[in-house]
Amino acid sequence: MRQNLPLSQAFDETLISRRTFMKWGTALAGTAALGSTLGPTLVDIAAQAQAGVAAAAGESTLMTTACYHNCGGRCILYAEVQDGVVKNILPDIQAEDSVDMPRAIPCVRGRTQMNRVYAAERLKYPMKRVGQRGENKFERITWEEALDTIASEMIRLKEAHGNEAFYFHYASGTQWRGPDGRAPIRRLMRLFGGYTGYYGTYSAACYAAAQPYITGIGSNSADDLLNSKLVVLFSCNPVVTRNGGDGIGYYCMKAKENGTKFIVVDPVMNDSAVALDAEWIPINPGTDVALIAAMAYVMVQEDIYDHDFMATHTVGFDESNLPEGAPPNSSWMAYIMGDADGVVKSPEWAASITGIPAARIVQLARDIALTKPCALTQGYGWQRRAFGEQPVRALPILAAMSGNFGISGGGTGMDLGSGTSFKSGGFPEPPNPVTASISVFLWPDMITRGTEMTTAVKDGDGLRGTERLTSNMKFMWNHGGNCITNQHSDVNGTIEMLRDDTQLELIVTSEVMMTPSCLVSDILLPAASGFEADNLITGNGAGRVNWLMYSHQVIEPLFEAQTDLWVAEQLAERLGILEAYQEGHTTREDWMREMVAVSQAEYPDFPTYEEFKEIGIYKRFTQGQVVAGAAFREDPVANPLSTETGKIEIYSPFLANLNYPEGMPAIPTYIPEWEGVSDPLRERFPLLMTTNHVVHRSHSTFANIDILQEAHHHVMMINPLDAAARGIQNGDRVHVFNDRGTIEIEARVTPRIRPGNINVWQGTWHNPNANGVDIGGCANTLTKYHPTPFAKGNPQHTNLVQVEKV
Amino acid sequence: MANQLGFYVDMSRCTGCKACQVSCKTVNQLPLGVTWRRVVEVDGGEWIQDGEQYVPSNVFAYFVSAACMHCENPLCIQVCPAAAITKRDDGIVLIDQDKCIGCRYCEWACPYGAPQFDADRGVMSKCHFCYERIDGGEKPACVEGCTYRAIDFGPLDELRAKYGDFASPAPLPEASITSPSIVYSPTSHTLAEGSPMGEVMNREEL
Repeated sequence: MRQNLPLSQAFDETLISRRTFMKWGTALAGTAALGSTLGPTLVDIAAQAQAGVAAAAGESTLMTTACYHNCGGRCILYAEVQDGVVKNILPDIQAEDSVDMPRAIPCVRGRTQMNRVYAAERLKYPMKRVGQRGENKFERITWEEALDTIASEMIRLKEAHGNEAFYFHYASGTQWRGPDGRAPIRRLMRLFGGYTGYYGTYSAACYAAAQPYITGIGSNSADDLLNSKLVVLFSCNPVVTRNGGDGIGYYCMKAKENGTKFIVVDPVMNDSAVALDAEWIPINPGTDVALIAAMAYVMVQEDIYDHDFMATHTVGFDESNLPEGAPPNSSWMAYIMGDADGVVKSPEWAASITGIPAARIVQLARDIALTKPCALTQGYGWQRRAFGEQPVRALPILAAMSGNFGISGGGTGMDLGSGTSFKSGGFPEPPNPVTASISVFLWPDMITRGTEMTTAVKDGDGLRGTERLTSNMKFMWNHGGNCITNQHSDVNGTIEMLRDDTQLELIVTSEVMMTPSCLVSDILLPAASGFEADNLITGNGAGRVNWLMYSHQVIEPLFEAQTDLWVAEQLAERLGILEAYQEGHTTREDWMREMVAVSQAEYPDFPTYEEFKEIGIYKRFTQGQVVAGAAFREDPVANPLSTETGKIEIYSPFLANLNYPEGMPAIPTYIPEWEGVSDPLRERFPLLMTTNHVVHRSHSTFANIDILQEAHHHVMMINPLDAAARGIQNGDRVHVFNDRGTIEIEARVTPRIRPGNINVWQGTWHNPNANGVDIGGCANTLTKYHPTPFAKGNPQHTNLVQVEKV
Repeated sequence: MANQLGFYVDMSRCTGCKACQVSCKTVNQLPLGVTWRRVVEVDGGEWIQDGEQYVPSNVFAYFVSAACMHCENPLCIQVCPAAAITKRDDGIVLIDQDKCIGCRYCEWACPYGAPQFDADRGVMSKCHFCYERIDGGEKPACVEGCTYRAIDFGPLDELRAKYGDFASPAPLPEASITSPSIVYSPTSHTLAEGSPMGEVMNREEL
């Protein structure tokens, strides 16, 4: 072990290093190469803004604006505006702050929304690619040329390949109800004949795919945690991923202060484990189903489970309640007792896989079975893995066995936070005339072999809505998203694939920032930021308090930025479908009034449009505590679940029929992962690499904000034992690499991660140097393009790597 | 000082997100490199072999949010050759940047490193307790910006009556040096000043 420094001495050293801080600032400026290679000299908007403030004599006003990204928040921001310049961002001014009506205090990211809007990385003008795709060479063009090119290419590609050749890419950078966002572009493309769609998300592909085959429902509302005695968080970090003053993290903290005990099962002692004073059970990533099976085994051996509930409310718990026609020894009981495969799922068996001592597994099983009520909660991290469908299905079994399914303070074992969403109108979209859809993760296959993609789930591509696509992908629109490269897997491999522009012929990206995904696009359209147009947005806290917000235009669009609605209408005109597009809505306000009317009709105390615009927010307590599955618990016959059998489907007849034991078996099963804990590839790449969401970025949004980079360095967590073996000290620059690429990153040598595991914070921007080393430290430079078996989802936390000091 | 104002930090609510630090920087328009409120991460414990497994032994972490402590005995005032630092009636310690000559003596004297050199302007800069906001009836930016409501402020004697007088979680120095106007509620793992058990994890961020 390393030598411990007295902390006061460490702090002294800290102060010395801070005195050389400006060097770091200089280095950072040197690496920000995007702007200089990509067009005209950048103007320092922020400096101009500050100068403007200093010179301004006008009064400042507070106007509502919003954080509008994919963080699990959507907090209320007040922009302090003076003479057309945003001077400051202030939090929710609501006076009351209680469990029933918490203030939606914006997080560390939201407070920098001003810095984001005035960032040097803004995409400033329409541009077109010159040279080969991926060479990062662009030329400024006029809006006229950009729109004419897109329109004529859309017409040409439609004539040549049909509408199935069009694709509207997955993205989550904007979360408006409208009029801006993805919806106005989709409306355009649908009115033009449609496009091949996608199903699933990069967040929760396996969760969404597996849920119908286990419970069909989520778990209790977050406020119900206050009724729990014990909460066990599996792969779940709510104080970070559900931050914001009224988020699920807030309710976790309130529960802790109410006496609830927390346990965190995770390879990393995450910030929730720290802040909730949780007991940490470090587990080898990708082995959770082995842990769950062993805990079920303990509950059976010690007879500490709810026999009656399992008999009446589940299918396939044991041989007695298997559906008709199921083969013998196909129940969960047969699996854990080893009747099916000869392997008893004992704590000793699981210890060797999970890295958790057998005695600790026994104790955890007893804690869960005997502490009433106990909430078992899953995050999404464990389902973004090679066999991510399995843990999603496994945890509800423990919730059921331990008597916690459908009770207050307990839960179903699924995702936290069932809630009622706010009734609000969205930007209207007609149905997509194209019925075909692919898995959200498989778009590269649609580019290279779209017409060969199959509908089969087993050994196929899971194509839906058609037997075969009539064309490979020829046109992609990417709006407010960074999933072409940065947030997709295998960034280097993806860029290589995209270089050939005879396959996918046109990529249009409309964006606020010059992101890595812009760099592989063909036409770039500068989008107005949230400060630059009026929009509507709903809150997304813990589901208890909700709101509709009028996010005001507080400044004029910077440079040549235009709203998404304007872009869509301009193209609609060129494509001859403007009348159908507008449907009588000739102004932005026409659309907004119509959307607001939906809420006005739902809530009698909703103000007039003019009053709402003036106040900027309508906030209400929408619901109290939700106990998911309570009615089902009461009477499973009268109140069945939405599963095929109406019960908790431990054994799924549908999945049994699929006959896919190696990918999606009839019962949840521990399947050893490729690039997992037992893969022989560990001889070359011994470290398991996970990636996590961080509080200072929303995926890759905010990654370019300097004061956030200053506050939170981009680091890779590594255990002191692994660091010592490689001569790595805390703060050293290291290379993390495998056959897919190399990133350079700062090492955080900490006991907060288990040995054999490293963790790279996800979301920084890919930025290769001349040697191809990604000095931006993008986690996805190292991740694999390898869909999960059933959901065909993204396995971005399953990776093997090696680490060495630079 | 009877009216001394102080900060209160409930460490058990701190998630290390640094919303306090960043709210402070945006509200007070601080440049890169000048950070009035900083958050230290302290980790400790170790991994030991247990049969074939490695298991954690007393692994812990906690965060210390710290700004200028507006001390009752401010060393910065004592060493300032330009008499640029003063203490208000309510105990807020202020730097008059018009008088400051940028010699950085205060930076070296302060055991918290609170005064920081603003290289662009050639003067010292530090937390002023958002005195203009307070005078206008508002809260300091860090207090208002914490999403987990971990930071508060008020008359120091009231804070102490309510929360005790713990003021020196490691790695902060012992309170007797300057009598800082701060109260911390520790977590179950917080180490006292001088403990050899933990390590500052994020030196480069501070």
